[in-house]
Amino acid sequence: MLKTILAGAALALALTSVADAQTLDKIKQRGSIVVGVKNDYKPWGFLDPSGKIVGMEIDLAQDVANRLNAKLELIPVVAANRMEFLQQGRIDLIIATLGDTAQRRTVIGMIEPNYYAGGTNVLAPKSAGLKDWKQLKDRKVCAIQGAYYNRRVTQLYGPELVSFTGIPEVLNALQQGNCIAFVFDNTLIDSTLSSGDPKWANYEMPLVTEDEQPWAIAVPLPELNGPYGEFMKKVSIDWHKTGKIVELEKKWGIKPSPFVAEMHQKHKAM
Amino acid sequence: MEAIADWFKWLNAAHGINLTIFYDDFDRARFLRGLLTTLWLSVVCIALSVVIGVVGAWVQGSRFRLLRRLVQGYIQFFRNTPPLIQLYFFYFAVGGLLPRVTDAHGALVPPVSNYAWAIISFSFFAGAFNVEIFRAGIEAVPRTTVEAAEALGYSRLKAYIHVVLPLAFRVSLPALNNNLVNLVKTTTLAYAIGVSEMLYAASQIWSEVLNVREMMNVLLIVYVLVVGALVWLMGRWERAMRMPGYGV
Repeated sequence: MLKTILAGAALALALTSVADAQTLDKIKQRGSIVVGVKNDYKPWGFLDPSGKIVGMEIDLAQDVANRLNAKLELIPVVAANRMEFLQQGRIDLIIATLGDTAQRRTVIGMIEPNYYAGGTNVLAPKSAGLKDWKQLKDRKVCAIQGAYYNRRVTQLYGPELVSFTGIPEVLNALQQGNCIAFVFDNTLIDSTLSSGDPKWANYEMPLVTEDEQPWAIAVPLPELNGPYGEFMKKVSIDWHKTGKIVELEKKWGIKPSPFVAEMHQKHKAM
Repeated sequence: MEAIADWFKWLNAAHGINLTIFYDDFDRARFLRGLLTTLWLSVVCIALSVVIGVVGAWVQGSRFRLLRRLVQGYIQFFRNTPPLIQLYFFYFAVGGLLPRVTDAHGALVPPVSNYAWAIISFSFFAGAFNVEIFRAGIEAVPRTTVEAAEALGYSRLKAYIHVVLPLAFRVSLPALNNNLVNLVKTTTLAYAIGVSEMLYAASQIWSEVLNVREMMNVLLIVYVLVVGALVWLMGRWERAMRMPGYGV
């Protein structure tokens, strides 16, 4: 019995070994670049009424594809699977609201400079009367599976997290009263509240935004300092220098982020 | 305890096999809580689904056509739809229609929690199969035996409880075994509505610690052990209930 289990485990380990090819060559050969993006994170990456994925990050992905003279292929990803997709070579690049943390840097290649930044806050009905993070203790709080701030919020404030795989499920659960708040990125909460949708008229972002984290686009770790990684770093610098992201914020109606404005000023001067 | 934690820390440092559940208190606590939730969900759902099966099979033999139709409708509904969709349907569609109640903190919440919906949904799902499994067992009880019971003055209910069911149960056990094993595995679906069972706990851990490979192996091994224990118990039960000269 034990032997069978061990053999099974060894097989499972062997099957998941990582394939690494030179991504730039792969893109040239294929004539297309495969980018993992969000499709439920309005307006960074979301579905338009015709079912096409659009948004600020999709525009950025298109820009990368144009620079490489390649066609753009989009693969929708969620927080819990995007890094594995990149490691397995199923996608060439992540542009999916990915927070840049030290832990994640050990498995994928984070491109610097970071292109965006967001912090942690909650979306809650006004009737919940939240004022302080400490009020979340022992209350049901909705979350997204695999978000980096889940652990920090749980350890600091002790809520009972109820996590789902996708944002639509969370918003639905929140509206039905299955949880008193939704702990999430302040950027998305901002854009949800300012969308003018009457559904959110009685909701607010009541707490102080905490733990600002920069976002990064990511390439496979072995290629971070190779030609592919260097190319993406230049692209990211260029975005800040030309004010591409500032422009896209305007286009998609996103509240200007102080981080992006600061990066633009800094790189413009260089 | 310290020594075990140190050994797994060394394993991570030396070989990159990162099993945080053995040295990180936070991860270990939530993984164990996940395991307990899985066991608790399994036990409660197994008990409820067997009760549903026994009662349903009895009603199926009823003289009233409407009752029989109702049970038939229930079986068709739960057997012909995927359990994940049932779960979503209950939690998001039905749950949203129920009147809200006030909880201990004074907030308006739905009356049925995600845990309760998981139990309801899985019990009815497995129960639908159990009804059919017990019906097959009941049909295997010779008509003459039932007639003998009737001749001795048993009512329909008493004959069912004392004569038919004990015999039918023995015939049904192997099929019931299969269905209950399936039920234990189905409890993993509860993670879709935020019930912190084992798969949910593991996915929380691997998306933070990024040890997908290690946790997948842990999950597989723990499930083999949990389901193995259930199969062993059921096997013992089957042997204990064996009647020489009857059935399997």
